[in-house]
Amino acid sequence: MIRLESVSKVYPDGTAAVKDLSLEIGQGEFCIFLGPSGCGKTTSLKMINRLIPLSGGKILIDGVDTMQQNPNELRRGIGYAIQGIGLFPHLTVAENIATVPKLKGWSKAKQHSVAQELLDLVGLEPDTFIDRYPCELSGGQQQRVGVARCLGGDPPILLMDEPFGAIDPITRNRLQDEFLKIQDQLKKTIVFVTHDLNEAIKMGDKIALMRNGELMQYADPSTLLNAPKDQFVRDFIGADRVLKGLRLLRARDVMQDPPVTMRDDDDAATVRDELDRAGMQWAMVTNAQGRFLGWITADELEPGKTVGEVLIPPDVTAMPGTPLNEALSMMFNSAIGTLAVVDGKHQMIGVLSFDILRDVLGQQAADSQMAAKSDADGGVA
Amino acid sequence: MRRYVILVLLLSVLCGVTIWVTSLGSVGIFRVASPSKVLSATLRHLHIVASAEGLAILIGIPIGFLSTRRILRMVSPILIGLANIGQTIPTLAFIGIAGVALGLGYTAAVVALFVYALLPIIRNTHAGIRSVPPEVKEAARGMGLSPWQIVMRVELPLARPVIMAGIRTSTVVNVGTAAVAGMIGAGGLGDLIMTGIAVRVTQIILQGAAPAAALAITLDALLGAIETWFTPRGMRRTQRS
Repeated sequence: MIRLESVSKVYPDGTAAVKDLSLEIGQGEFCIFLGPSGCGKTTSLKMINRLIPLSGGKILIDGVDTMQQNPNELRRGIGYAIQGIGLFPHLTVAENIATVPKLKGWSKAKQHSVAQELLDLVGLEPDTFIDRYPCELSGGQQQRVGVARCLGGDPPILLMDEPFGAIDPITRNRLQDEFLKIQDQLKKTIVFVTHDLNEAIKMGDKIALMRNGELMQYADPSTLLNAPKDQFVRDFIGADRVLKGLRLLRARDVMQDPPVTMRDDDDAATVRDELDRAGMQWAMVTNAQGRFLGWITADELEPGKTVGEVLIPPDVTAMPGTPLNEALSMMFNSAIGTLAVVDGKHQMIGVLSFDILRDVLGQQAADSQMAAKSDADGGVA
Repeated sequence: MRRYVILVLLLSVLCGVTIWVTSLGSVGIFRVASPSKVLSATLRHLHIVASAEGLAILIGIPIGFLSTRRILRMVSPILIGLANIGQTIPTLAFIGIAGVALGLGYTAAVVALFVYALLPIIRNTHAGIRSVPPEVKEAARGMGLSPWQIVMRVELPLARPVIMAGIRTSTVVNVGTAAVAGMIGAGGLGDLIMTGIAVRVTQIILQGAAPAAALAITLDALLGAIETWFTPRGMRRTQRS
């Protein structure tokens, strides 16, 4: 657990980079320092591992004041990754990853096995990459090695300063996804600096939004989006905050059972009966094994033909892990406006519709406002 | 490959010229230097250059390094400026001054050449250390390397090729400059050249000039090889591109 108590940073020329910052980051929490450039987020991050000395206040890690520790020892226990990556060009990938293990005096064999494990973890084939030099890697690969290196000494805490900032959007997206998976596995306490709101919403358990060295709001992404504390937060998030909130939810969280499901060998009369009974104009179609095949509307039905002969195959389908913002965009592409959610074996496991999304978002906004309100009340009491 | 062919070719021509002139025995009424004299002059030449270079390395690298530290960053432009001015004084004048101040001979020559060798070494060490990317240093610090470890494991290894290039340049230049030092009685190949000029016999001048050129080329190739060997594998490709 990391605790910042009234932390401030004033530079010799009088600029106050960070003013009276207090917050707490729980064990295993992914905390984002977010804000426009010059807001003090990077300064705050670097004060945690004492790369920048504090002007006032205290930082406690697991209850121990960081000022009580040797700065080099402190830093060896905290993973550190930066936008420029800063791989050592004269060392191999393995040597780069083993930087902290070597400082900690681990055996050569252990250093090597750590490098192998971590390369594997960040999705680089160890045998191919372990003896390469940084100049022999692409930007994305270098960034992966940077992530592996910051995990090198198996630190409980990671500090990451825009680690995916300098990469093309496609690679960045992939690295974000993979890093989230790694975090699911490792459960590190992470402090992550970014100026990209979408990245913050996607990655963070908690977001600390800063401006001019001050903490504007510290909340989970959903609360930040649905109950912005003041005008600055509202402006920073933008008018499309509801849409941004969609990214926080995945198809599996909100999908519902399909109203009517037919089999491909059903005949027209059966389908019409079913639709009439349910008051629906369309139905989803699967085969006997539950595999999703498409959908059928009442207009399409022809007497004497089975559903399988007249069904309309799907343009797009969602996976359980598809974020709702992507699902929404798929819905616009789908003629029926309803999206089937299928699992890896193409079994239909649910549906998403505009109505479902609207209900969910409305509920989310109400909940967050309630939570924010009770927080504020609690603060007063 | 072609580089080596040219190198070997040049060296053979220069050695050939030296052997040919030496084998003449005499040109007109003037006797050319004996083989043993040419050899000892060459060794003496090398000795002067090596002493001056060794001193310059021992003193130049620490100065160049210290000039990049924060405490000395204020004085480093002055330091580099001074060294630059030193370099603009004509070689001939400087060697003359050294000869007058320290007495004619070996010591004055070594001191003069040392001062000349110092500048490229200080400047390249300074530039090499400064060229270490700040994010690399920051990453090193952030991972808990101590200041000393950052110097030894990051800054010096990364600056090494540039420092080596400085040593190489100053060595080659000094092989030429050392010939002028013959003027103040330091000995070496400069002696033969001076003699040749005094009696106006081209062959005798060549007897000093050809081995000096051969020496410069050999040292350049040798130090070039060391430079490559000193460059970490991971940095060779980036350097060439």
